Amino acid sequence: MEVEKQIGGAGEIRPPGVPDEDLSRWQRAEVASLRVPFRVKLALVWLGVITVLGIMFVLVRFDLGWMAEHARFIFLGIPFTLLISVAAIILAVILAVLGSLARLSRNPIAFGVSGFYVSFFRGTPLIVQMFLIYAGLAQIGGNLRTMGYAWGELLILDSLLAGILALGLNYGAYMTEIFRAGIQSVAHGQAEAAQAIGMTYGQMMRRVILPQAVRVIIPPTGNEFIAMLKDSALVSFLGTVVSQMELFRRAQLVGIADFRPFEALILAAGMYWALTTVFTFFQQRLERRLSRGYVRAGSFQLGGGAAGHAG
Amino acid sequence: MPDGPVVRIKGLHKSFGPLEVLKGIDLEIEPGEVVVIFGRSGSGKSTLLRCVNWLEEPSAGVVEVDGIRLEPGQRTRSRREHIREVRMRCGMVFQEFNLFPHLTALENVMEGPVTVRGLERTTSRRLAVELLGRVGLADKADEHPIRLSGGQKQRVAIARALAMEPTIMLFDEPTSALDPELIGEVLAVMKALATEMQMTMMVVTHEMGFAREVANRMLFLHEGEVVEEGPPSRILTEPQDARTRTFLAAVL
Repeated sequence: MEVEKQIGGAGEIRPPGVPDEDLSRWQRAEVASLRVPFRVKLALVWLGVITVLGIMFVLVRFDLGWMAEHARFIFLGIPFTLLISVAAIILAVILAVLGSLARLSRNPIAFGVSGFYVSFFRGTPLIVQMFLIYAGLAQIGGNLRTMGYAWGELLILDSLLAGILALGLNYGAYMTEIFRAGIQSVAHGQAEAAQAIGMTYGQMMRRVILPQAVRVIIPPTGNEFIAMLKDSALVSFLGTVVSQMELFRRAQLVGIADFRPFEALILAAGMYWALTTVFTFFQQRLERRLSRGYVRAGSFQLGGGAAGHAG
Repeated sequence: MPDGPVVRIKGLHKSFGPLEVLKGIDLEIEPGEVVVIFGRSGSGKSTLLRCVNWLEEPSAGVVEVDGIRLEPGQRTRSRREHIREVRMRCGMVFQEFNLFPHLTALENVMEGPVTVRGLERTTSRRLAVELLGRVGLADKADEHPIRLSGGQKQRVAIARALAMEPTIMLFDEPTSALDPELIGEVLAVMKALATEMQMTMMVVTHEMGFAREVANRMLFLHEGEVVEEGPPSRILTEPQDARTRTFLAAVL
């Protein structure tokens, strides 16, 4: 409505009775601009941005032949990027559910442990956490083994596993706060209604509170997943073995080997971008589905009409 | 059902910090009785109701519902179970409906039977359909609460409470959040509940017409004390206490 009014009001810029020639150039441009639809302007902006990027692409003189040749090698890292991200986000969601319930509980152990967890994993760099889990745990495991405890072996993790664990723990800490806020956003009356029909705490959370919190939690969780897709590149610093290399590691390796680092990285960047675009699309669909029961679809009928049937 | 009163309250006190909301309430409610509780806002009438099913923990006193006797104390596991037992026997209807927005009307009514009572889904569904029919909303079974009017929401809420097959229904200002033209349909359902099902009811309301027609007894609460009680015919026509008279003069 507002926009239409502005567009419809284009004539008001021109004082009544003043012919076109008497307007300043600026005013004439404004009048002309108001006639162009927003979509057209948007398309022009995109075209401009792409042109600039295209010029840069030409000027940087990429070895296109090399890129075409090695795109497939880098592309094969996508399954591992997805594996790392999906496994880590599942771990993060589980930790976030437990963490948020613990942050909201009055149990001193749950509250204390979750408080420390969130503080530590939000307060230190992800890359440091990765090395602590990969190398630090391995060191403890090794020492335990020399002390005669064979199970110390279990702490010596594969680089991929350590990476997934670190990502999951780190994102779980951030998402604990997201989930806590989501749970707290559910109206207090919902908890009372659940309790009033005799639900236990667990039933209330599972059946009433969490299903409603999910609606609030999904959008930021989608953001976290998209961030995770890209942070999964950090796993490569743990030196993943050849058979388990994800996107970034493959790009880095092949780029350095053939002395084409930019070509390799720009290919990887394009693939990350494509991945996030696909997931954004699915996220939006999911959000629309979850808004069911909160949006009045179709016409809304007021009044009971059925009151007379009562009893 | 055990003999004697459904609800027996003795020496009920409730304080929120330094504020004493209930100052020693004694009350017994017989099976099938409809008790209307009224009074100024802040007189403690909602708190009294919420102490019956332990949405509020009393500060002192004894509350016995359907033979289950509870006193304030630590929420140990066995005590939590007793509280849950009490809640399952009290159907509660809230001023703000508090329907579960992510579920349809039918699912709202089925939730208690399925999750809390552990009934079969088919049995629960049959029960829910029947109850929605009884509150006149059979045709709204598959709607989400957002698509219902206030009056319809409150009738679904009543059906949800009834689905627990409670021994007593607690109504906490069930029509206060409704547009005037929607109040009648909710009161009609409540009246049917009292007259046709002989449901025991505690009703906090300012609907004096409903009280006159349906209530067996009225309680006037003032600053946490029962100032006056008696049958509506007497309370509404010749109240003894000056504070009751002032209040009634204001609402009638």
